[in-house]
Amino acid sequence: MVIGLGHYLTVAAVLFTLGVFGIFINRKNVIVILMSIELILLAVNINMVAFSTHMNDIVGQVFALLILTVAAAEAAIGLAILVVFFRNRGSIAVEDVNMMRG
Amino acid sequence: MNPAFTIPAFGPLLPEIILAVGVLVLILFGAFRGERSVEGMNIIALALLAVAFLAVLMLPSERVETMAGSFVVDGFAKFMKSLTLIASACGVILSMDYMRRERIARFEYPILIVLSTIGMLMVISANDLIALYLGLELLSLSSYVIAAFDRDNVRSTEAGLKYFVLGALSSGMLLYGASLVYGFTGSVSFPVIASVLQGNVGNGAIFGLVFVAAGIAFKISAVPFHMWTPDVYEGSPTPVTAFFAAAPKMAGMAMATRVFIDAFPGILVQWQQIIVFISIASMALGSFAAIGQRNIKRLMAYSSIGNVGYALIGLATGTAEGVQGVAIYMAIYLAMTLGTFAVILGMRRGNVMFETIDDLSGLARTHPVMAFCLAMMMFSLAGIPPLAGFFAKFYVFAAAIQANLVALAVIGVVTSVIGAYYYLRIVKVMYFDEPVERFEPMAPGVSFVLVVSSAVVLLFWIVPAPVVNAAGAAARSLFL
Repeated sequence: MVIGLGHYLTVAAVLFTLGVFGIFINRKNVIVILMSIELILLAVNINMVAFSTHMNDIVGQVFALLILTVAAAEAAIGLAILVVFFRNRGSIAVEDVNMMRG
Repeated sequence: MNPAFTIPAFGPLLPEIILAVGVLVLILFGAFRGERSVEGMNIIALALLAVAFLAVLMLPSERVETMAGSFVVDGFAKFMKSLTLIASACGVILSMDYMRRERIARFEYPILIVLSTIGMLMVISANDLIALYLGLELLSLSSYVIAAFDRDNVRSTEAGLKYFVLGALSSGMLLYGASLVYGFTGSVSFPVIASVLQGNVGNGAIFGLVFVAAGIAFKISAVPFHMWTPDVYEGSPTPVTAFFAAAPKMAGMAMATRVFIDAFPGILVQWQQIIVFISIASMALGSFAAIGQRNIKRLMAYSSIGNVGYALIGLATGTAEGVQGVAIYMAIYLAMTLGTFAVILGMRRGNVMFETIDDLSGLARTHPVMAFCLAMMMFSLAGIPPLAGFFAKFYVFAAAIQANLVALAVIGVVTSVIGAYYYLRIVKVMYFDEPVERFEPMAPGVSFVLVVSSAVVLLFWIVPAPVVNAAGAAARSLFL
């Protein structure tokens, strides 16, 4: 069997969906949300690299590298905000993020 | 490999370069001087924003592309960048007294404001998906930190956490859309995407367009991606809320306009449906959900959702008149929202900030000038002539009718009548309810912002030409 573009796109779509559901269905821990966000960004990277090799165009891989860099910065800032939240609230359970109703 | 590498023109990036170099100096300054330097750093940040503003005014008005086509400067970019820089400068001015009195005056605040301003300027000028994404992330990552700036306050940190989680999700969606657009058009550059996507296009690119629209709708807090807005606005320190309601909205609307008009003009029919839906939903939610609010910051959050809906009417037309309407709307919205937040920042007795509408009770007798200014802001937000808010709505509705979107304009008028209820209730509380204790006198910076924005709102009808003509020229530059 030849593994073509469609297979890569399917894997990426499945990972992306898992990531989105991970954010919304998860009721336990904010760390899991951070992991889901990483999952979404990695799904995008698979898409980018798959399209890039399929079209023989280097821009997609450059984009993927930039996404990796920004994802690292995003995770760092997310964890930092989580730490200050934990200091104030003493918990990082999703159901405790509820001081303001909305 | 091409050995002859030409250096791109840096002139069009001058405002961004000034801010970027300036912010590095600020970081060093803060690192060496520590907390003693806060006042000075606020002044330096304001000076930087002012210099960048002058640099924006000196940019060429005709379209210039640089950085291998990923960065574009035109009249539209100039107009929106000027608004953004004014909004960021007000974000610093409004914060100075508040941060000191709340004992959270740290030197990181002006640095983060300037960093996110660089992100906004990048987003406004982005001419390909990579530049768009990087600018957006610079803007968002700094905003998450600013939202959690009062780091010992559980509400502020919760606001930061919510903003971060939902913001990261939305940039993930935007990216997924960007990857699909890239894959199905073969390029990340807006002009190339526009030339590929003409007439009948495949589902892949449309799918990508929907995801990109979702990511953008989040950044401008349009329904159905608005759910973070009330919580973040309520939880963040008030000057930060004022900044969020002003500056990123300018950049977000500019980004939305440039993406849809520059990159997807060939498939107007497809994205028009999305924008019309988002616009109607935002206007409706903005006017109905705000009715029950007691907290004025939360009310302003719903008000900003509604205002984004009105501005999107202009974008939905996809014409130069519509984009002119968007530009005028954002300029006037900036004055209205900054003026309102200046009053909210003036609601202080001793060390307590008051945030509910009932605290404004009888303000007309205790602080007549402040009450008059806020009443004018509220009448303007409700769209009552001859105040500026009426003209803002007038231009977008007129553009919608010209573009045969009569139903959209009618829904806009109806929701703005419904929305008038909660704006006028604030006026009623101020003028007809029993007065409570006086507030402290306003800080000089806050009253300066209040006076200037009240003047704009009150006197716009006498001299509308500068804003209207500049917005018209800005809009036409997108359609050359």
